Amino acid sequence: MMRALRPLIITLGLLLIWQLIVWLTGAPRFILPGPLLVLETLFNQLPLLIQHAGVTLAEILLGLLLGTLLGLVSALSLVTWGGLRRWLLPVLVVSQAIPVFALAPVLMLWLGYGLASKVAMATLIIYFPVTAACFDGLRQTPTGYLQLARTLGASRRAQLLQIRLPAALPAFGSGLRVAASVAPIGAVVGEWVGSSTGLGYLMLNANARMQVDLMFAALLVLAVMALTLYFSVNLIARRLTPWLEESTSHATRGNTP
Amino acid sequence: MVPRTTSTPGGKTVDIELRHASLHWQQHCVFSNLNLTLPSNRWTCLLGQSGVGKSSLLQLLCGIADGADIQGEIHCSDGKPLQGRVAWMAQQDLLLPWLSLIDNVLLGARLQRNGRPSAEQRELAGYLLQQVGLTDRATALPAHLSGGQRQRVALARTLFQDQPLVCMDEPFSALDSINRLRLQDLAAELLADRTVLMITHDPLEALRLSDRILVLQGHPARLSEALEPNGATPRAVDDAEVLKQQARLLRLLAHGSSLAEDSP
Repeated sequence: MMRALRPLIITLGLLLIWQLIVWLTGAPRFILPGPLLVLETLFNQLPLLIQHAGVTLAEILLGLLLGTLLGLVSALSLVTWGGLRRWLLPVLVVSQAIPVFALAPVLMLWLGYGLASKVAMATLIIYFPVTAACFDGLRQTPTGYLQLARTLGASRRAQLLQIRLPAALPAFGSGLRVAASVAPIGAVVGEWVGSSTGLGYLMLNANARMQVDLMFAALLVLAVMALTLYFSVNLIARRLTPWLEESTSHATRGNTP
Repeated sequence: MVPRTTSTPGGKTVDIELRHASLHWQQHCVFSNLNLTLPSNRWTCLLGQSGVGKSSLLQLLCGIADGADIQGEIHCSDGKPLQGRVAWMAQQDLLLPWLSLIDNVLLGARLQRNGRPSAEQRELAGYLLQQVGLTDRATALPAHLSGGQRQRVALARTLFQDQPLVCMDEPFSALDSINRLRLQDLAAELLADRTVLMITHDPLEALRLSDRILVLQGHPARLSEALEPNGATPRAVDDAEVLKQQARLLRLLAHGSSLAEDSP
């Protein structure tokens, strides 16, 4: 019972603190709007917010899909071809020294102000974490499994598909979780640098016009979206590795009241 | 109909001989010019302390010794290569955590080109799980099993392979003593009349299960004369002869004297 109520109590508590700060400091509504005002704006401007949120969501989901696929394919290629690994891995590592945010203006220049440049931002920002997680997962197959597979006469293909790939699924799951939590950052930064739609654009625009309540409402929508995305991906990752859940849940279940 | 399991695999009786085996580790000779014969349908046990190169020797026979600097010629009495005809059972059960028990037993069939076990293979796997006493857990995941149960499944998987040679690398050393005795009994029953090479550092285990015991020790390591205990396996732990030989082997392993010097 307490477990179900806890998130609600935490949320209400935070809102109360927020409202208290507004009351105590007497901040004007264009500096810090109270939660009630933000909620009111949220309901009044719902059609507008939903319209922009849809754009941002599309950018995030497309970026997530592309980045994950590219990362998975890269990791598989790196593991399969040793030559490729020796040439490509240093390039990958060095490329991470360039902040993705610094690339945003260039991406706008090349891909325009539309959807493509934001999808590219989200893709780029998750590509490396996903590749690294999958690559590590594929490399760290217990030697015993591979030796056993060899005594069973498994081809390299069978070893990859039936031993290495399933053994790497937990690592792939963590890569996916990281990707889900950073993909929204990529999309919103892309919108800040240059766009005419999306929640990032709406926030910048509202800020410039002193509509701080609208900005907060957009932020709220973004936060709910990011959380929903994270928990959905988390659910998918757990579905991919049912054996992990079963082996660890006994320990964790014992500790929770 | 009960699927055939324990009799000689496919009517093949193959003597296996390893000649001129040598192992080097960091420019240091662990053993050289070692000759080992594994007569068909006998259980041979290689006894020795850790670091003496037992596992490397076993991995050479299994064709998975690519990390170590080990060499040797392998001859089979039927003239065919040994590669791909060895069932390997390790100290760890090596059950794949994402596969159910029955699928773990079927792993050899699943990893083949078509990858789909036939109905007969499924029946055999079910029968083997019944032999190791885990029929009712066939669809469970390995995480739900105890260490002893998991090693039983590994034994079933080894039997499923039905190869002319079974190589076991300290298969029961990670188990508690009661489970170890139970699994030794089970293995002796299910692997009767098979050609087996087992590696162990436990003289009692060697004496309970094997037809021939070879001790590997020294610098560089050499193989002793074969000790051939009497009586049917598995021998009782309180058998007078077993206890006497155990004391002798322990003394031998601890002090490094040879079997010949020590014999009465």
